[in-house]
Amino acid sequence: MDEFLQRALAAGLGLAVVAGPLGCLVVWRRMAYFGDTIAHAALLGVVAGLLLGADPALGVVALAVAAAVLLAAAERDRRLASDTLLGILSHGALAAGLVALSLMEEVRVNLMTWLLGDILAVTWTDAALAWGGGALVLAALALVWRALVAAAVDEDLAAVEGHRVGLARLVLMVLVALLVAVALKVVGALLATALLIIPAAAARPLARTPEQMALLAAAMGMVAVAAGLGASWRFDTPSGPSIVVAAVAVFVLTRVAARRG
Amino acid sequence: MAEPLVRLDRVSLSLGGQQVLTEVSLAVEPGRIVTIVGPNGAGKSTLVKVALGLLPPEAGHVHRRPGLAIGYVPQRLVVAPTLPLSVRRFLAMAVPRARLADMEQSLERVGAGHVLARQVTALSGGELQRVMLARAVLRRPDFLALDEPVGGVDMTGQAELYDLIAGLARDHGSGVLMVSHDLHVVMAATDEVVCLNRHVCCAGHPEAVSRHPEYLGLFGPRAAGSLAIYTHVHDHAHLADGTVGADSPHVNGPHGHGPDCRHG
Repeated sequence: MDEFLQRALAAGLGLAVVAGPLGCLVVWRRMAYFGDTIAHAALLGVVAGLLLGADPALGVVALAVAAAVLLAAAERDRRLASDTLLGILSHGALAAGLVALSLMEEVRVNLMTWLLGDILAVTWTDAALAWGGGALVLAALALVWRALVAAAVDEDLAAVEGHRVGLARLVLMVLVALLVAVALKVVGALLATALLIIPAAAARPLARTPEQMALLAAAMGMVAVAAGLGASWRFDTPSGPSIVVAAVAVFVLTRVAARRG
Repeated sequence: MAEPLVRLDRVSLSLGGQQVLTEVSLAVEPGRIVTIVGPNGAGKSTLVKVALGLLPPEAGHVHRRPGLAIGYVPQRLVVAPTLPLSVRRFLAMAVPRARLADMEQSLERVGAGHVLARQVTALSGGELQRVMLARAVLRRPDFLALDEPVGGVDMTGQAELYDLIAGLARDHGSGVLMVSHDLHVVMAATDEVVCLNRHVCCAGHPEAVSRHPEYLGLFGPRAAGSLAIYTHVHDHAHLADGTVGADSPHVNGPHGHGPDCRHG
């Protein structure tokens, strides 16, 4: 196995482990659009990083987290956090990022790498970041897990029962932003949210408890990453779309299995 | 009189630029049932949320006794179908250290003893309503906030659940703040009625409120008739359609609006 594939596999599997439980929360709380908006804002971060002469990855993390904090604040105002507004923000950020990237003539950026992911671009640093950062993200998630599950049932009930709903929501948004930022190289900005949503949806029919669903989602994400990266390497296809196609295949399989069973 | 568990002093609130509550005051004491009645859009659910601290008032004060154990039944609970959640887990979320026997008992009390192993998303509307009440009861609440607690429950079930709520207030000393549309049943089992239409139209003992011109203005004389039927105070004549005759001593005119009633 080529070394670049090992690197991509290491990073991708680390991402999938974290994306499982995070993705379940995104699905339960109907936050798919939030994930998209953050991923697209992260693309602007690439530009900002390059303009400031810093590592694009730093710009990505900074913008993704900033977008998450802003959106968490906006979600308090429920009139603002409509599908329409998030759609505008999400696509607006993507378009602005694309325009800004194309204007930067002197810096040659491989746009496709950031949009669709590229296993050739993944370094051992990225892999270490996926596992080290992933462990931190999971630890933070464990602290607010009960509050987040309670809030997924009903925010008012959770608040009455003493959970710090606003804080838990902010933590979740920031964790999603961090995951998306790290996932950008492997899956790309266009499809980063898919890594959150599809494995969680695939796990749903087989799960009886929230925790079962989180673990199953992590496992299915790993299967999708391994199969997708293998295909990407074998057929020379972009890594992001290959992983997502594999994830959709897993999703279809569990649906069919649940129907039969 | 005991110190109130929850007290609202001249609370005002507007949502989305619209004034929803204006100078609303009420108090819930231990062992007492306070019921909010009023038309749609009167601010009943908002008032409950203010009392619970879920919405901060723009003016006025909300006092809750510190360390209050609260049981809350929201008007509607929509659990995402993507969330796998058994009734048992749903109950355990409210009381993490609850024993299985306690859970079963609280479900039995609301007439839903068979649903413990079921998924919450598989419950019918009435079953979910019963489970939510069981969940609130399981918390051994000092203060119960019930926003239309029997919505979707069948008729015999409704009476049983109201009996249960009354029993909690009587035996456990819980204070209850309840929203209901169910005028006749509520009037019979309530210590105090607050008739709300963005402001407090009138408040007091059910008997007194049911004779108040503003109450009659909001609900019409038919409502007063229903009360009379259920409290079995038949000192007036019913018309053929069940309304109270205009010559009854209770009713001063079929429709009277008070001076500061801003509806309609």
